[in-house]
Order: sequence, then C-alpha cells, then structure tokens
Amino acid sequence: MTASPAPALVATGRYAVRTRTRLSTVAAVVAALLVGVLAAVPLFAGRGLVQDLFFVLTMLALAQYWNLLAGFAGLVSVGQQAFVGLGAYVLFWLTISVGLDPVSAVVVSAVVTFVIAVPTAFVVFRLRGAYFAIGTWVVAEVFRLVMAQVKTLGGGTGTSLPREVTNEAAVVTFVADLLDLRAAAARDVAAYWMALVVTVATVVLVYLLLRSRQGLALSAIRDSETAAGSVGVDAFRTKLAVYLLAAFGTGLVGALVYLQKARISPDAAFAVLDWTAYVIFIVVIGGIGTIEGPIVGAIVFFVLQDQLSQFGSWYLMLLGAIAIAAMLFFPRGLWGTFAERFDIHLFPIRRRFVVRPAARPEEASRPVPLTGLKEETP
Amino acid sequence: MTLVFDILVQGALLGGLYALFAAGLSLIFGVMRLVNLAHGDLIVLAAFLILALTDLAGFDLWFAALLVLPAMFAIGYLLQIGLLDRVLGKDILPPLLMTFGLSIIIQNALLEGFSADSRRLSAGAIETASIPIAPGIAVGVMPLVTFLAAVLVIVALNQVFYRTAVGRAFRAVSDDPTTAQLMGIDNRKLFALAMGLALAVSAIAALFLGIRANFDPTIGPARLIFAFEAVIIGGLGSLWGTLAGGVVLGVAQTLGAAINPEWQILAGHVAFLVVLVVRPRGLFPRAVD
Repeated sequence: MTASPAPALVATGRYAVRTRTRLSTVAAVVAALLVGVLAAVPLFAGRGLVQDLFFVLTMLALAQYWNLLAGFAGLVSVGQQAFVGLGAYVLFWLTISVGLDPVSAVVVSAVVTFVIAVPTAFVVFRLRGAYFAIGTWVVAEVFRLVMAQVKTLGGGTGTSLPREVTNEAAVVTFVADLLDLRAAAARDVAAYWMALVVTVATVVLVYLLLRSRQGLALSAIRDSETAAGSVGVDAFRTKLAVYLLAAFGTGLVGALVYLQKARISPDAAFAVLDWTAYVIFIVVIGGIGTIEGPIVGAIVFFVLQDQLSQFGSWYLMLLGAIAIAAMLFFPRGLWGTFAERFDIHLFPIRRRFVVRPAARPEEASRPVPLTGLKEETP
Repeated sequence: MTLVFDILVQGALLGGLYALFAAGLSLIFGVMRLVNLAHGDLIVLAAFLILALTDLAGFDLWFAALLVLPAMFAIGYLLQIGLLDRVLGKDILPPLLMTFGLSIIIQNALLEGFSADSRRLSAGAIETASIPIAPGIAVGVMPLVTFLAAVLVIVALNQVFYRTAVGRAFRAVSDDPTTAQLMGIDNRKLFALAMGLALAVSAIAALFLGIRANFDPTIGPARLIFAFEAVIIGGLGSLWGTLAGGVVLGVAQTLGAAINPEWQILAGHVAFLVVLVVRPRGLFPRAVD
C-alpha cells in the first residue's frame, strides 16, 4: 500500500507524494543546531539552568507521549502517572536491590514498564472513550497502593538512592572529571545529558512514526475508525502499539526523573497532578495533535511555573482556568492556531501530491493533466 | 461465620454511599455521554457548603443540606449552560479536559477557602446509634439511613425517568439527540436539567459522606473513582445496577480492610478489575456504549 492517490501518475516520474517542505528542511537544520547548543549548555551555564532545562526536557518528552496517545490515537489517558511511577520504582529496585548501574537501570526500567503495561492494556482496553480515561486512573491508583506495600522500597513513606548510585556512580564521576565539577553538580549534568538524548530521540521517533505507514493508519483511525477498518487497518493493534510505546517512553522518563531526584515516595511518583495534569496542560496549551505543540507548551508551562508557582493553589487555579479557556476559545492550542492561520508546519506529517517541474522546456509547455495541484519549485 | 455476615452487611451498607456518589455520574453519562472528572470534587464542594452553613451560619445540619440541594442544582445548571455545553460534541477530549480543569480549580479553591484540615459534619447522637440485628452484629443507624437514602434516590430517579415528560425527553435525547431535537426537545435545557439533577444528588451524597467520614479538599478524585467503579461494576445505564455495583465495591473494601486495614481501597480496585476482565459490560448492563 502506498500513500499515493494515483500510483500510475507517480510512476511517470513527474508526480510525487511528499511530506517534506523547504521550511521543514530549514526547521530540521535549526533544530539540529539547537540540540547542539543544548548539549553544550553545561559547559558554560550554572547548575540552576541545567536543572531547569532538565525539567523542561523531561516534561516535553512526557507531553510527546501523551500527545501521541490522545492527539493521534484518540486514547485519552489520565493515568500516565502509572508508568512514571513504575519506571521510577523499578529503577530504585534495580539500583538498590539488584545493584545495576544507574544508566543501564534506566533502560531496563523502561523495558520492565513496557512488560507490565501489556496486561494493563488488556484491562483498560475493555473500556472505551471517557471511561478508558478513568480506567487508566484506577490502574495508576492500584500501582500506587501496591508500591506503598513494598517494604524494601520504603513502603508508604518511600526511600532514597544510596550514594553509590548517585554521586559515586561511574557516569557521575566521569562527568565530574570531564567538566571539573563537584559530584552533586556532575550528577545534574549527567541526568541532563541523558534527558536530552531521551527527549530528542522521543521527538524524532514520534515524527518518524507519524510519517510512516503506521502513522498514516493512526490518522485514518482518528478520522474514521470504520473507514480505516474497511481498508485493512487493524485499529485495535495500532492503538495497542501506541499505548505500549507510550508506556515504554513514559517509564523511561519516569526512571530518569527519579534518578535525578534520588528520592521517591508512592504519592509523589504516582501523582496525577505532576505527571498527568501538567502534561495535559502542556499539550493542550501548545496544540494537541501536532509535534510542535508540546514544545511550545512545555516552554509556556515552564515560564508559568517559574514565575507563578510561589502562589500555590492560586497558581493551580490559574492553570485550570487557562486550560478551560483554551478548550473554549482556542481548542487547537497556541501552535495549532498559529499553524492554521499562517499554514506553517515545521514538522509536517501531511502527505502532499506534488507535480515536479519539467526538466525540458517542451515538457513544461505540455498541459498538466490534473488541476488544483501545487507546482513545486526546486 | 458471624464475621463474614458482619462484613457482608457493613459492606453492603457502605455500598449505599458509593451508589449515591455514582448515581449522578451515571445519570449524566446516560443522558449526554459526558464523563465528569470533577464529579468527586463537586461532592466535596457540596460537603463544604453544608459545613459552611452549619459551622459559620449556625444552621441545623439537615436544614443546611436542604439549602445546599437547590444550590448544587443551580451550580450544575449554570455549569452546563455556561461551560460544558459549549464543548460537548463528537470529540470526547474537550469536555473531559474541561472537567479535569474544573476538578483542579475546585480542589484548590476549597484549599484556599477552607485550608487542608480534615473536617466532619456532625449529626449528633444518631452518628453513634446502632441497632442489633443478630447476636454479635449491629448495624449503625447512619449507614442504614444512607443506604435507604440511596434506594430512595434511585427510586425517585427511576420515577422521573420512566413516569414523567422530562424523563421521556431524557430517554429520547439519550437514544438519539438529533431526532429528539427534531421533535422539539431543547437539548441544551435538558442537559442543564440533567446536570442540575446530578449535582442535587451529589448534595445528598455529600451530606452522608460528611457524617460518615472525615473529608478535606483533596479527596474528590478518590470519590470519583469509587463512583466510576460502582457504575462499571453494575453495568452502564442501569441505576439499580449502580446500586449493586456500589454494594459489590463496599463489600470488597470491607473485606480487604478486615484482612489488613491498608488493603481496603486496593481490595475495591481489585474487585473492579476482576469484574472488568470477567464481565466487561458489568453485572447488569443495559446501555450499549
């Protein structure tokens, strides 16, 4: 199956199905440069900025996974804290009880979270639509209550990572030697670099996924599940795959976040506010169903948090009010509204049918057999 | 044996409270396919309104509850007309997220207004009164009254649904909103009425919640989850099923608590998950969705 509406025309070579635009190429180059700059930040910036950026990056990665679920697969979950908490708890167990080094433990934690998500999916997929949302929340509560019973990991009060896993870990001493930092600061830098890798990989992965056949299947399901089924898209399997991928990624980020925090408790690791409400806010404000949206949203959220979180419950009321206002007045979010108004897509996923310009003049004078197509300039 | 019987009786009575939580949720979903994530927080809001009327204004508890009932109806009506109606549609995401935002706003407004302290509604001597029903088993008067209130609410709602013109309109809109509109039914008004009714029921739930246990501004989401579990266990679309679901949940929680007090909530969740796996459409399903 190709994405082309007219394979015969594509075969002549004059027509093609494209997702890339000139703007997207520029955006990719700028994004790559930006990642380079971000990687270099610890070389010249202080610890505060590194911690702030760690926060933004991890929230962005969580937002990308939630956006993939809700914005593309139509699976509205309010229980993603289940996977943040699981990833984090498995990390603590692997490092404290099994003695794994923290970097490989982060990866293994994500794998374990993925494995636990399989039976979880079996249960929550029995609920549809809005009930699916609360079902995921119940599951998160179950994991929270179960973890509170695990006495070796501190039960209800939680526990901390020992020094061998934090300040004395191989990766931390390596960074400390490299940048000539004290262990505490080197720990933040190590976590930050890992977060940068994870977040960039997440954005690239989500983008490639949406441009792939599976991404096309997802859009088809979102637009009409019945129609998608009629052309051979298996909606259940596609949604299941997205759910499991999101569980893996969310578990990975959860492990990373709690490696940096070095202290865990069930109430914090499975907090619906921190790991789902904020994440939803980021996606909704930025623009659901776009890749750029969560990026914009994460930045907006960080600025609000940085400036206003001192106001406590008033701040949270404001976030709630902004989210409601967004639903009423700009449901496509900041980026979505902007992109629609100016037709700007930095990470385009829409497939366009383009007519190539003719190589020779006599071909150019030949009439184009289809009307309404955009001529692509070289 | 006495212990088992005791657990069953106490659990079933606790289920009455959960059915009261769930009735409003079930009603709204039945009429407009909306899941209100702020449902638990609205119950807690009603409890605080009753508390404010008794503690600050010095009203009698039952009179205060009687005042809060129409107040919650009005809040529901306005909430639906002013906010929820604008985002209700084919896409489930906007109303879901809007109620999620409301949940956070209500919780934090209550925190700001009443602090994080645990509060309680005091009903006087009736709180501790009990009736012996068998050797070694006594049922509290309040849990019994709560259960009877749940039964009464369900009877009343069923009467409204199946015996009145408004109820017929509710059922028509639930079955097919477009055709109902063609028949001259004003969906917006009807939805607002349903939301008002659901929150009036929540006010009753709030009264019994506040007498039975301590409450604070953060307990709303847990009440939402209990309500949701009762609805799903019972099966969508049937109010008696919701009562049965509440009873199953109540018995499971009481059983869990009898084994280990830390397992009370977990046991309820596990019962819910087992029902979901074994009978995904609940024990007494009616609606298709």
